[in-house]
Parts: sequence; C-alpha cells; structure tokens
Amino acid sequence: MKEHDLYYIDGPLPETPEPAGQPEPWGETRVVGKPIPRVDAYERVSGSAVYPFDTVLPDMLHGAILRCPHAHAMVKKVDISAAEKMPGVHAVVTGSTPGFEIPWYSSRTRPPSTLFDPHCRYEGEEVAAVAAETPYQAWDAIRAITVEYEVLPCVATAEEALKPGAPAVHPGGNRVGDPAVYQRGDVAKGFAAADIVLEQTYRTACEIHTPTEPHGCVAKWDGNRLTLWESTQGVYAIQSGAATTLNLPLANVRVIGHYMGGGFGSKLGITKQTILAALLAKRTARPVKLFVTREETFICQGNRPPVTMTLKAGVKKDGTLMAFELKVLGTGGAYAGAGSVDFQVRDLYLCPNVRTEATDAYINAGPARAFRAPGHPQGNWALEQMMDALAEKIGMDPVELRAKNVPTVSQSRNDQPYTSTGFKDCLIEGAKAFGWTEARSRAKAAGPIRRGVGMAGGMWQGGGGSPPSTVIVKLFPDGSANINMGASDLGCGTKTWMAMIVSEELWLPLDKISIEHADTGTTQFATPSGGSKTVPTEAPAGRAAALEVKRQLLELAAEQLKVTVDELTLQEGVVASTKDPAKTVAIAQITGLQRRGLLVGVGYRGPNPAGKAVNPWGAHFADVEVNIRTGEVKVVRYVAAQDSGRVMNRLTYENQVIGGITMGIGLGLTEERVLDRAQTGKMVNANWHDYKIPTALDVPADQTVIAIDPHDTMCNTTGAKGLGEPATIPAASAVANAICHAIGVRITDSPISPAAICRALSQPPAKPGQQRG
Amino acid sequence: MSQNRDDETSGRRRGVSRRGFIQSAGAGAIGAVALGQVEAAPPPEPVRPEDMTAVSLTVNGRRHRLLVEPRWSLLYVIRDRLGLTGSKVGCERGECGLCTMLIDGIPRYACMTLAFEAQGAEVTTVEGLMRGEDLGPVQQAFLEKDAFQCGYCTPGQVVAAEGLLRANPNPTIDQIREGMSGNLCRCGTYAHIVQAVQRAAELRR
Repeated sequence: MKEHDLYYIDGPLPETPEPAGQPEPWGETRVVGKPIPRVDAYERVSGSAVYPFDTVLPDMLHGAILRCPHAHAMVKKVDISAAEKMPGVHAVVTGSTPGFEIPWYSSRTRPPSTLFDPHCRYEGEEVAAVAAETPYQAWDAIRAITVEYEVLPCVATAEEALKPGAPAVHPGGNRVGDPAVYQRGDVAKGFAAADIVLEQTYRTACEIHTPTEPHGCVAKWDGNRLTLWESTQGVYAIQSGAATTLNLPLANVRVIGHYMGGGFGSKLGITKQTILAALLAKRTARPVKLFVTREETFICQGNRPPVTMTLKAGVKKDGTLMAFELKVLGTGGAYAGAGSVDFQVRDLYLCPNVRTEATDAYINAGPARAFRAPGHPQGNWALEQMMDALAEKIGMDPVELRAKNVPTVSQSRNDQPYTSTGFKDCLIEGAKAFGWTEARSRAKAAGPIRRGVGMAGGMWQGGGGSPPSTVIVKLFPDGSANINMGASDLGCGTKTWMAMIVSEELWLPLDKISIEHADTGTTQFATPSGGSKTVPTEAPAGRAAALEVKRQLLELAAEQLKVTVDELTLQEGVVASTKDPAKTVAIAQITGLQRRGLLVGVGYRGPNPAGKAVNPWGAHFADVEVNIRTGEVKVVRYVAAQDSGRVMNRLTYENQVIGGITMGIGLGLTEERVLDRAQTGKMVNANWHDYKIPTALDVPADQTVIAIDPHDTMCNTTGAKGLGEPATIPAASAVANAICHAIGVRITDSPISPAAICRALSQPPAKPGQQRG
Repeated sequence: MSQNRDDETSGRRRGVSRRGFIQSAGAGAIGAVALGQVEAAPPPEPVRPEDMTAVSLTVNGRRHRLLVEPRWSLLYVIRDRLGLTGSKVGCERGECGLCTMLIDGIPRYACMTLAFEAQGAEVTTVEGLMRGEDLGPVQQAFLEKDAFQCGYCTPGQVVAAEGLLRANPNPTIDQIREGMSGNLCRCGTYAHIVQAVQRAAELRR
C-alpha cells in the first residue's frame, strides 16, 4: 500500500504482483489501433442493453428522496404521518428512524456528517426518503411530508465566504485548510528579468456533470447479502463504500455495473442515495430502485468547482518565459475542495520561476466531485489566454511561442523526464492540418459576422495509469475466449480495445471473444474508471493475460508436435514451427487444450518506470464566427491533435476527442450554474433548458482529430496513455482565444455568452479608432 | 331529440356522426329506442386521478390493453408496464429527447405524452426499428460511425433520426443538425451522429 495523489482513489493505493516478465513493445499491429466498431454496439443501438436504470426485479419498490429546498437550514421537525398513510407507500424514513442514524463521510479529508444531517449545508441535502409501489406514489408521499426548517443565512461565493462575518458553513470557518503553495525559482527575479509582464484575473463558472443516466441504483437483499445494480464508474469503489457504511463484509456486497449512462467523474464513489436504497430495501423486505431526478443531478450530484484565477506572467521579447505567479480562489461547495487548478502553470511550459497559491472555501452549495480533468480546464483557461496575450505583446505567433517552450522534463516533479512528449508535434501538426498561418492572417470582414481562429495547448496531470490491475483471459478448446476484468466501460470503448488486445496476441476474431466486466461478484479488482487511466492501467494487464495464455498454448502445442517451445509461433490461429513447416496445429486441434477444457491466463499490471513522468498532451484549434450585433458565437471548424501514445482503436479514439471538444465548447460558451447569490442561494437553472449543454447545433460537423503517437516504449507495455480528459482540457480556451481574435476584445470569464460579448463590445475601445461595427 | 344538438355535434366533428347516421337512415322503432338511450346517457364523468382506467396502445405493431392511472406517461407505461426498456428516462420534462418515440411517424417526447394521449396512434420505440434480430438501417449506421459513447441517449437519437429520415430522406448536414438538436448527448458525440444520419440515409435507399 502506498500513498498517492490520485483523485479517483480514496485511501492507500493497493498493488498487484509484478508480472513475471515484461513483453517487448508492440511494433506494427494488426488489430490494435484499427477503426473497429464497438463489441457492445449492438446492445447499445438496439435498446437491448440493460442499464442500471432499466433493472426490473420482481416485487420491486421505487424510492425517492426529500431534499432540503434551502441553501442553508436546520431541520426542526419532520412530520411523516400523512405520507405513511398514502396508497402504495411501504416506508417513510428520516434521521430519527431507528437504523438511519448513520455517520457519513464522503472522503477522508472532508468534514464529517450523517446520512440525514439536520444541519443542511446546501440545497439538496437529504431530509427523508420513501419507498412505494410506483414512482408516482413515491413522489406523492414525498409531497405529503411536512418539514419545519429554520432557514439560516447562506453564502454562495468563495469571495463572500472568506469575508469576516460570513455565515459559517462548518464550525471553524469557511477556509478549507491552509492555501496550497507551490514554488520554484524566484518569481520576483523572473519578473524583473522579463521584457513584458502581464497580469489578469480569469474566472470559470461552475459546470455540472449531469450525465444522461441519473445517479442511482437498484438494491436487493438475500438475507445479509446485498446486491446493487449501480450506475457507476467503479463497482469496487461502491462495494467498499457500501460495506464500510453498512458494516458488512466486502464479500456480502455485490455491485454490478455492466452499462452506465455517463459519469464524467460524478459516479466514482458511494453516495447517500445508494445507502438509502439499501436501507429502504432492508426495511421493506423488497428490492428498491432509487434514482435521482434530473433536477437532483444539477443540485447535489457533483460539479466542477468555480474558480477565480489571477495570473501574472513575464516573458522576454524572444519568447523565453521568465515567471508565472498564479493565485487561485475556488470552492467545491459545502464539503469538497477545488484542487489541481495550478498544475499546467507549473508543468506545461518551460519556466524557471513559478509560484502558485490555491485557496479553497466552503459555500452553501452542492459538493464538487471530480469532473473530467479536475482543475485542468480551469487552469488552462487562465494559462492559455495569458499565453495568447503574451504572444500578442511580443509580436510572436501563438503557436510559435508555445512550441518554443515545450519541456521534456516535469519541472514540478523534480525534473523527472517524461517518458514521451508529443506536445510539440501536436502544436506543429495540428497547426498544419488546421491551416493556422493562412487562417490567422485572413482579412477581417466588414459586416457584423467576424471570423477568428484561436488555439490552446494542454496536458493532464494523470493519464499514465498504474498498478493495481488484474485481468484474466480464458481460452476455450474451440478457440474462443473470455475476458474477465473489473473495469467499467463508461462508453470509452474499454471492452472493445481489451478484446482487440486479446485478438492481437491470440489471433482470435472479435466475435469469438466475450467479456465479463464490472461485477464485484465475478470479476477482478479494478480501481474506478477515472483519471484517463483505464487504458494505461488495464491494457497492459490484458496483454499480459493474453500472453500468459499464449505461453501455455505453445507449451501444449510443443508437446503435441514434439518440438521445443522456442521454435513455435502463433499466427492466423495456427501454431507452427519455424524450423519445420510441416509441423503445425490449429488452436482448436491442440489436444492438451481439449483435455484441459480451458486455459487460464492471469495478467498483472507492472509498475511504472521509476523516476519518469507519464503524461498525455494536446493542442486544439478553433475557427469561430461571432455576430457582433447579437453576440452569438458559432464554432465552424475544429482541429484537435492529441498525444495519448498508441491509439488503441482509431474509431473510439476520435469519438473521445470530439466528445472532449463538445464538452469544452459547453464550458466555454454556455454552461454555468447560476445561484441566487443575493437572496436564497438556490440554484435557479437546475434543468437542461436553463443550464444549456451543447446540442448538435452548437458544435461543428467539421471536426478533425489528429493522433500523435510518439512511440512511447517506456510508459507501459502497450505504449498507450490516457485520452478522455486531455481531450477536453484545452477546448474552452481555444474557443476563447478564437473569439478574442475575431472581435479584438478578450473576455476572461466563462461562459462567453452572447450577453458577455455584447457587454464587452459596448465598453469604451481599448485603442482609439478601433472598429467595433 | 333536438335538431340543434345534432347540428352542433356534426358541426364540431366535421364528419359523419353516429347520431346523424341513425337519423338520416330513417330508423323505425328500434332506431328510436337506441336513439333514446344515447340521449339519456349522462355526460362522461371526469376521470379521478386515483382510478385505474383502461387504455389500448399499439406499440411496435402490437396492441396492448391495460389499466393505467390517467397521469401515467407513455414512457412510464411502455418501460415499466410493457417492459420495453430501450427508451430511456432522462429528464421527464421534455428537455433531452432520451425517450423519443415515433407517434404516428413523428418523433415525440414520450415523457411529455400521457399514455391516454397515445390511444389510437401507432407508437414505435427503438425496439420497433429492429428487423427481427438484425439492426435496422439507422441502428446499423450508428454502429458503423460509432455515433455514441455511453449509449444511454442512443435509443432516442436513433428514433429521432428515423423520424427525420422518414420526413426527409436526403437531409443536408444543416438539416441533420437541426433535426437532431432536440436530442442531447452529454458524451458529445454529435459529429459522429451527423455522420451516422448521413450513412443511415444511404442505407435506407
């Protein structure tokens, strides 16, 4: 067990045994990397996939939760007498129901609470729960519960929370620990030596995950054994969370999560609704289905913390970066922090003098959860807009300034060399594919539609993966195989590339490979799928398992062919001697395999290379049209170049990237949690009409994805790094830079709404005579 | 029987009404008795929320008769009572399109449609777009173009695309973007969805 800083694991990091030997890196591959439709596409497009929300059990009841409607309140009295008498109602529970006074922790580092905490610190805290025959009856009962609240003064922004006399979210004040400080070199000296020093404050709004499948589960007891069908990114994390909270042996909690409708970090761990489902099921002696409503996904199922970032930067006229100083103030709501905002300022570009200081505050709002590259799109928003401002001041092309400052070592991690960095290639190849130079120097139109192009680079702090991972491959005597892994497939194509790896090594067609996954009752331990680490963590273990099966297979074939193992190869499903072409046997004809009935290969993930940093990189290029009369922005064209090492599947790789672009366009242009900060503190846009995520009309049909593969032979035995998060990190910044290029005014706060653009354009011009239509 | 009421009825319905037919048929005694019964029937009572009421639904070509609460949505009835869980629950307030079904060939949000309202209509869900065990052309196109990630919004997207292509078999890219804009995909796969709808248009030809 070792300590770590991985957000997707709460507690020490377990380890798996080191593999016996490390295989050679792949050269050319036949299957891996090809554009192959998903192995589970049929289920997903036909409607036959059973998601947790689709789970139906005999005698199943439906649960619902009454949540505090106030941003800050004390529950004085809960009257459930009317609700209990409603038709179809089987249970109504509150904090005073025996068996429901359960201490609650959301992670080791957060303030303690209880399952039904009478001190409601945010809108959406749990006050009561019911189970009834139909969801309609459950909600009838919820509406029949009367609660007496003492409404308390609330605080809705980090700035207000730190002022003297602000309402205290927790005893001891609203500051989340001491500010996190990072420092190298001497920033004062750096600024003194710079030709240009700029300072600017940037803000990113709070973004909500709101995955399409709501959060929740179906819970069923068999005596003291609990089964949960949960929409989750990590079945083992839910198992340990449920077992700890309910005081059950791990073996008595089975969590199944074969499909799940999106998580983006909001479904990594145990939640109160899962515990409530289990407790309601116990109390009623019936299975209970409990999923939250869409509104609840907005107010209390996680978010990306809003941050205010003040960045000071110094550069020499030749583009040498001299110093960065970043001050961050963020809030993860009532129970969480807002970390990792500063990482790219520390590590993305060569810079000798860096100081960052991050302060977190508690406010009366829903707790943050990890959201697709925690902190990174926010920090990127400040850094990459600043890089453009610096480039403009020194008269250098933005791509050139970035390419000049590409590091080969991780400056904030003891100058450890990166196993690979394709960042410069992302910048150069991306710019080439985009036609950057021509588009950047395009003549400005005179009408109300202004065209502009912008770009941004980015990196992700994680993405290298690590042990533990165990994958098992079973080979049947007819030459078909089964893969057994604990990892969830969130829609990133995990099952598909794992099958492709086994197909690559064992020459089995994909339709002869079946997959068991994401089930604590039948599959191997896996950490939750998050942190863009599922490929680099699980793929090497899958490859090791396939190679172990191959080793056993060749031994059996050698026995049968009466040759030595080292002269045998496996090609096209046939084991053949390299010395005697007559000596061949097809997999299904190997008698040793027939006698055994099954070969089992267990694969483990080896350790990462010592003293090296493994990170994925990317550069994004956006082409936008801005209507300076209405403030509307249209992203018309987009190119993304990513270095995530080896491409596992070209089709799903491209899909991950366009998804990242889309989510970044949302962060940059439309997405914002709006709290009624002056009065009630409540979220006023907790629905998909008022909180606008991108639709098909908001993203360009013309998106090009370029895969930069630096042929990383050190990072792990597959040469692959993570992709999901790096694909979204620079997207909002690239759009912001393009808007600035189009209208000549920089907008530093997200989202860049039509109103924000009209406001910015109505300010007095920065330069005399500047044309603003 | 008053001539006025008859006129009102036929005027409102703008067609051949039962009463009008009987009258014009010049029925004798039997007809007069039947007519009297019709006239004596009290106006229908408003349905009480708690009463289960019989509805008849035609879903994917199959007729189902069942008892529903009047407030039950078509989505709830099809998923929880008929067991067709391909259509997904997303928002239950007409925002996301996850529950999109074809109602008489038009894509509609089933969360915003009462089961009652769908009586007499042909309802098609994603399951109804299959050809036996084989994928239909829109589903095949979504598979080929990898037009989904988590797949949770996909049944709704597939049905919306089917509705779009029935109305416009050869849509332009902008028509596809417009036509699919009522269906959210939080994974953000729209660029592939547009490609899939183009491919589906080819496959349907």
